[in-house]
Amino acid sequence: MIELSSLVKTYPASGQRGGRPGRRGARRDDAAAPGEPEAQEELRARQDRTAGARARRGAPQGVGEVRALDDVSISVPAGDVVGVVGPSGSGKSTLARCVNLLERPTSGRVVVDGEDLTAMGPAGLRAARRRIGMVFQHFDLLGSRTALGNVALPLELAGVDRRERERRAAELLDRVGLAEKAGARPSQLSGGQQQRVAIARALAARPSVLLCDEATSALDPASTAGVLALVRELRDELGLTVVVVTHEMDVVRSACDSAVLLERGRVVDEGRLSEVADRPGSPLASRLLPPPPPAPLREGSALLQLVVTGGTEEPVLSALVREHGLDVAVVGGRVEHLGGRRSGHLQLEVLGGAAERAPRLRAATAALRERGVLVESAP
Amino acid sequence: MSALADLLPLAPQLAEATRETLLMVAVATGLAVLGGVPLGVLLLLTAPGGLAPHRVVHRVLGLAVDLGRSLPFIILLVAVAPVTRAVVGTTIGSAAAIVPLTIGAVPFLARLVETSLREVAPGKVQAALSMGARRRDVVRAVLLPEAMPSVVASCTVTVVALVGYSAMAGAVGGGGLGDFAIRYGYQQFRTDITLVTVALLLVVVQLLQQLGDAVARRLSHR
Ligand SMILES: Nc1ncnc2c1ncn2[C@@H]1O[C@H](COP(=O)(O)OP(=O)(O)OP(=O)(O)O)[C@@H](O)[C@H]1O
Ligand SMILES: [Mg+2]
Repeated sequence: MIELSSLVKTYPASGQRGGRPGRRGARRDDAAAPGEPEAQEELRARQDRTAGARARRGAPQGVGEVRALDDVSISVPAGDVVGVVGPSGSGKSTLARCVNLLERPTSGRVVVDGEDLTAMGPAGLRAARRRIGMVFQHFDLLGSRTALGNVALPLELAGVDRRERERRAAELLDRVGLAEKAGARPSQLSGGQQQRVAIARALAARPSVLLCDEATSALDPASTAGVLALVRELRDELGLTVVVVTHEMDVVRSACDSAVLLERGRVVDEGRLSEVADRPGSPLASRLLPPPPPAPLREGSALLQLVVTGGTEEPVLSALVREHGLDVAVVGGRVEHLGGRRSGHLQLEVLGGAAERAPRLRAATAALRERGVLVESAP
Repeated sequence: MSALADLLPLAPQLAEATRETLLMVAVATGLAVLGGVPLGVLLLLTAPGGLAPHRVVHRVLGLAVDLGRSLPFIILLVAVAPVTRAVVGTTIGSAAAIVPLTIGAVPFLARLVETSLREVAPGKVQAALSMGARRRDVVRAVLLPEAMPSVVASCTVTVVALVGYSAMAGAVGGGGLGDFAIRYGYQQFRTDITLVTVALLLVVVQLLQQLGDAVARRLSHR
């Protein structure tokens, strides 16, 4: 259980950029609004990485400061996997790093499992951090230690004796499928293997919370899928509360129960994935379920675009055909499983001349709406 | 031909001078590591944005270290003579030379160590902090082990520099190969003796460098 209330984090702005507050962020976001936000976000993230800069983007800046987090309040129930998404520089990493106070918020409260970390002294905070595991984008394993030695480090820091920590580290390596790599150095492991060692390390001290900051961003698709599946399994086994920071919507779709969208340090949308489809057009829906581009239609036909949600499990298509006498063809769409629920868009072409079709289509859309099916566009 | 025969009678003195040089360098290196490594750690920790940022301490240490490094060794040698006398009781001989050698080497090594530690990826430190590490845990379990190959290389550079300094210390009565070269080579116009001494110093330096490289290689994480 993680409760963040009214978190604000400001950094002193570096002299260079201070003079032109916010301009850049504002323009970039406007440009990203239409089209495919996900692709643009990925592109932006990549540009930022190649630029090698921790450039200030997004956050509105007061005089001489960058507001990385601006009054952020979120609550993550125990056992939930929450995805934190948003454009580069929106404050995602800062948010994750505030949960274990690697970054101390300027104001606001961080409560994990009922304990207020922001009110703790150094010793209390160190103890609390042991209950919060963290996994980073670049794994950050120690080259001076073997895989086993890396996993044992948190236990060493907690004062667990040698025999016990090696036993537990071996057990964890086995759990992440790397038992035979116990003696290998990080440099002898693939990226996916290194990240699994890092996850084992993060879990060594039996935390209740796992923070992942872009944990799969340096991995290829197959390793990403493996690592995400592992995180979900571990969540199920250990009841972990997981925060997944990512710029990849696919990570959210495949691994999360809920999502928080940050922009310029503010929460602009949040919700459970299973309910995202019910709010077509909302910021999260347009990112997680981008509407398909309008399909080309035959002369005289009309487009009927439906939102696929749990409710669409009813035999919608046959109803259109049988009860309303419409001729329909599927021309486009995209259906995903979000939070265990079918979600997406379906584009139907309604055939026939406008004259006889129009009244039937009107009746059909009304009936669909009656049944709780969201109709996005109908003539 | 005859040069070698001329040198033979001096062999015992040469052997003694080599022993003195090795002793001076060995002891000074040991003391320099004892002083320079912690000082390097302190420089890193107190730096702005470090684990224990402290502007005043950082500036004072930085200034002292840079003063030590910018002072020509020959001047340092003379300047610390009172300290040497207080510690060793005399300013003549190899034991006395160890004092200025150490004082010269500590700031030199401290900066090198600071640089080595700075190379450790900040993410590794962050990872340790996220596990609840104290600052001293970070130094002991992350910074020093991760930077060890580079720290060893820094020590090698320091040893080699100390061989050079020790020759200079010899010139003002510190004993060792420098003293030998001056006494029997330079002052008696015996270029051959000077050359032999230089060759011997080169061999010593080469051996030390190779030893350092070998140790660094053993410790490297690849
Ligand atoms: N140590 C710092 N000093 C100054 N500004 C910082 C610092 N860390 C982050 N910022 C600023 O805070 C804002 C949020 O940064 P943050 O790293 O949280 O973004 P992010 O959403 O994780 O971005 P990305 O997707 O590129 O990782 C940015 O404007 C960034 O420049
Ligand atoms: Mg980030």
